[in-house]
Amino acid sequence: MIETFYDVMRRQGITRRSFLKYCSLTAAAMGLGPAFAPKIAHAMETKPRIPVLWLHGLECTCCSESFIRSAHPLAKDVILSMISLDYDTLIMAAAGHQAESIIDEIIEKYKGNYILACEGNPGLDEGKTGGMSCIVGGKPYTEQLRRVAKDAKAIISWGSCASWGCVQAARPNPTGATPIHKVPDIGDAPIIKVPGCPPIAEVMTGVVTYMLTFDRLPSLDRQGRPLMFYSQRIHDKCYRRSHFDAGQFVEKFDDEGARKGYCLYKMGCKGPTTYNACSTIRWNGGLSFPIQAGHPCIGCSEDGFWDKGGFYDRLTSIDQFGIESNADDVGLAAVAAVGVGVAAHAAASAVKRAQQKGDQE
Amino acid sequence: MTTKPVVAHSEAAVYVYEAPLRLWHWINALSITLLAITGWFIASPLPSVSGEAIDNYVMGYMRFVHFAAAYIFAVGFLFRIYWAFAGNHHARQIFLPAIFDKDWWGGVWHELKWYAFLVKEPRKYIGHNPMATLFMHLMLVWGSVFLIITGFALYGEGTGMDSWQYALFSSWVIPLFGQSQDVHTWHHLGMWYIVIFVIIHVYVAIREDIMSRQSMISTMVSGWRMFKDARDVEDKP
Repeated sequence: MIETFYDVMRRQGITRRSFLKYCSLTAAAMGLGPAFAPKIAHAMETKPRIPVLWLHGLECTCCSESFIRSAHPLAKDVILSMISLDYDTLIMAAAGHQAESIIDEIIEKYKGNYILACEGNPGLDEGKTGGMSCIVGGKPYTEQLRRVAKDAKAIISWGSCASWGCVQAARPNPTGATPIHKVPDIGDAPIIKVPGCPPIAEVMTGVVTYMLTFDRLPSLDRQGRPLMFYSQRIHDKCYRRSHFDAGQFVEKFDDEGARKGYCLYKMGCKGPTTYNACSTIRWNGGLSFPIQAGHPCIGCSEDGFWDKGGFYDRLTSIDQFGIESNADDVGLAAVAAVGVGVAAHAAASAVKRAQQKGDQE
Repeated sequence: MTTKPVVAHSEAAVYVYEAPLRLWHWINALSITLLAITGWFIASPLPSVSGEAIDNYVMGYMRFVHFAAAYIFAVGFLFRIYWAFAGNHHARQIFLPAIFDKDWWGGVWHELKWYAFLVKEPRKYIGHNPMATLFMHLMLVWGSVFLIITGFALYGEGTGMDSWQYALFSSWVIPLFGQSQDVHTWHHLGMWYIVIFVIIHVYVAIREDIMSRQSMISTMVSGWRMFKDARDVEDKP
């Protein structure tokens, strides 16, 4: 009844040779040894396709746009066929009640055995929206999300929206946009965060392939991100790192340093505080990534990156002390105040002492 | 008018700060100085150097000094905790302010009045006066704890997820603050907290040396507390 991955690939006209190449490339992309290529091949030949329900909440579809551009040789064609992508409002052909009925069908047929891929998050502020925001098929997205999440085997939070909240959850968060793992009554299915705005295409396909192949979740860090792609900072593997260590910085855009490809640290690069694989996997089939294009990293895969002050500042702004101040401004002001206080106190002490000396004489 | 003229007298000095504690004090002072300077230049680097990257290592050395001084600072702090147990009772003072003792708070209040020029004379102490104890406890002890924990958390990010620094610190500190950038920001604020401590600490040490009834600066050099009058001390051991 259910086709295996391999069946689907062959049906799509992919040769066995290409299939094996894909398996080795996937193994390499996930940092696995050569011995894993045949394991991946074996899994794909024997395991049935797992249905995936891909739900869209409050988001911009940049995750999908990234996903469908996975330049990995076969990912674009195959991953989409490999997983049985049964529901995805963005790219499915079906529409209306027929499309919506697929959800019920999958939940019933594959209870506890399908993957929920979330792109975007729900707006939970019912005070302002009456609970009727982001309507899919006549019902709020929140309802659809909870229903599908309840019986899912696992949930993938695609992108910074589903993982952290992203722009719609930035202050003042008018709709109460809430990342998936913080939605009440979301159920017990494990949640994998794949943050980024959007995440890298190969990271997305890599996570899916891992889960299908090994039939388990990739190992996650404490914040729920797959270690294989999010265990190091951009800075740790940046090709401009040598300029950082040497003390060679771009001082302003278009200066000599910028032309020479110096480190963008002083331009507010968030590479040292951002966990992602951009500096290794890069974008658009390994062509480039923001720093390579001469622009500092804005830290789009980090929690709350919209609310941490300017994209060109390395320190979080501390708005309580006035617009655009940061830790150093606050610190310097405090030190200046204390310094003035100490000087004044010293002067007063000196006067007092002089008086006392006068008294003694 | 009412100040009593200081009469010539002799009085036995008290040995307060043992050699290991004094050594810790000055090593700590040096490491804090190095940490603050290199920390500032890590966050706001010096002007860009020219030439090939391979010929320069400005940020590398800056970070090395910061990390080396940080290890000395952290190990020194651990030693200081040990010395609170192993040393004399003065070594315990800054860790255990007597906050449940009403008289002690009276001492804090009196010291505040002394600094507000409201009393003519401070009380006389062998160890720290109560306000100094409170000030050092809140600013130096907890400031150091905060900076060591956040510092190791940031360091662990560089040494990687399989390092002990990451396992002991980064793994819980980074999620606690939300992400790495906020830990950096708080680490900066922590630096300013300690800088403020240093400014006040140095000022009051000099001021007390001149104006209080006991020696201050020389005590942290020689360990001996000397007194300017023969009247009773407040903190009889």
